Amino acid sequence: MHNDIVNTIHESSLLFSNYEAGSGIKKALEMGRDDILFELKASKLKGRGGAGFPTSTKWMLVAAATGADKFIICNADEGEPGTFKDRVLLMNAPFLILDGMVVGGYTVGAAHGYIYLRGEYVYMRQFLEDCLNEMREKNLLGNNICGKEGFNFDISIVMGAGAYVCGEETALIESLEGQRGEPRNRPPYPVNTGLCGAPTTVNNVETLAAVPHIILMGGEKYAERGTSASSGSKLFSISGDCEKPGVYELNWGITINELLAKVGAYNTKAVQVGGASGICIPKSKFDRKLAYEDVATGGSIMIFNESRKMLHVLKNFMEFFVEESCGQCTPCRIGNQKLLEGVEMIEKNQYTFAHINNLKELGETMKVASKCGLGQSSPNPFLSILEDFKEEIFHAKSDGVYK
Amino acid sequence: MLVLEKNNLTEEIELFASQYDFHRTALMPLLEYIQEKYHHIPDFAQQEVARVLDIHPVEVYGVISFYSFLNDQPKGRNIVRLCRTIICDMAGKCQIEQAIERELGLKFGETSKDQKITLEFTNCLGMCDQGPAMIVNDRVYTKLDPEKACAILKEIK
Repeated sequence: MHNDIVNTIHESSLLFSNYEAGSGIKKALEMGRDDILFELKASKLKGRGGAGFPTSTKWMLVAAATGADKFIICNADEGEPGTFKDRVLLMNAPFLILDGMVVGGYTVGAAHGYIYLRGEYVYMRQFLEDCLNEMREKNLLGNNICGKEGFNFDISIVMGAGAYVCGEETALIESLEGQRGEPRNRPPYPVNTGLCGAPTTVNNVETLAAVPHIILMGGEKYAERGTSASSGSKLFSISGDCEKPGVYELNWGITINELLAKVGAYNTKAVQVGGASGICIPKSKFDRKLAYEDVATGGSIMIFNESRKMLHVLKNFMEFFVEESCGQCTPCRIGNQKLLEGVEMIEKNQYTFAHINNLKELGETMKVASKCGLGQSSPNPFLSILEDFKEEIFHAKSDGVYK
Repeated sequence: MLVLEKNNLTEEIELFASQYDFHRTALMPLLEYIQEKYHHIPDFAQQEVARVLDIHPVEVYGVISFYSFLNDQPKGRNIVRLCRTIICDMAGKCQIEQAIERELGLKFGETSKDQKITLEFTNCLGMCDQGPAMIVNDRVYTKLDPEKACAILKEIK
């Protein structure tokens, strides 16, 4: 790959450790499907894309669903601002993910898998195709994989075309079907009615990468890491004002303070956890834990130091949502525009508190009324930044210049 | 478009769609293929795609207008996409934007008259740990500074 991309992995306890390609598949094929589901359940692995749905439940539902065709999809549409862990995983540990898909295919009874790779990552495509060909040569893909009679599975790569909303699983499926990437109503969930109406499991890259390790080491051993509700380790994509940005694999339950010390961040004012759709944590709350039960995240950690203007940060996020809203449902399409207008009013000092309070209510409405995760989470930065940084935004003393 | 070119395009579309048994799932890969080759998806291609896949042309147009990497109007042979998300912004995106605009005499959102280059903003490229970043066609450039960015664009043919 002729690129100047540097994949910086600062800490890795599991995912980037030695893994012999194919060993997860071989072990899984010796086990029964129920045993694999049992190990996954014992591992308490939850979806790493951010929503945190238990992977064993998802796979169990697809395995139990009836249908001639079933599909497994790897969601590599990593579009959340501040996230790049999937890029590093795909480039540095591709076989871990592909093996995870094969194990998934075997477990749920799918014959075909898709990798939905975001359009911006097109430079990885040939590399991944080469990896797939290598697996086909070794009979890790194809017919009767590793001599397992009747287990046929293959993977193809489908490119996205620059739409953030396609990271939402039903929008992703629509896109694979050749439609506009507009999310569907749920239920029915993809586990019953997914790609072309067939039972489908959509998993994040990182979730799939954890699967071969769980198969090899056993679910209980995996669950020893992390906290009781958030087991295992997590890749964090660290960016912003710190000395050592990059990918860190850390156990769940680490506090933000501990994380900041690790990455060499000083004078930190705020940390945006979970990307643009996440929440902004002010200094006073840096003792909060990164875990599904406290601050849940898909791995994006953006660090802002004292010199940054939080209103500018918020404006950038809202511009992002206005651009990336699919426009299908009104709360999200119009709501995000109104929130952005509100931010611009504050910027120009043309706001009233009555209006800002209306906008906060609008944000709360968007959270319940929007159709998919995009509109349900896009008010998060607006609400959390205006609440936690109101001194800076509204009460700051004039510097003597009338703006 | 000349008749000969049209015939060629039709043949290409039919060949491509046949790999997918003319199923609608062929639509995205097919549009991406046309986009890459012709730098846009002309009206004629949209109609042919619709005919071959047996869907309404408006469905094809709807898909094209949804995705930011697909377009029905001609763009430059080279598309420069500069990341505008907050981390790249903090790392100096504005300086690079201004330097490029001065150097090329072209604003972001515009295509040069000789169809050589189109300047665009894009959302997070997933290079936040090594920003500011831009993507020129398929290639990613990271840790840009104004001088480096301009030098890269000078090289483009």
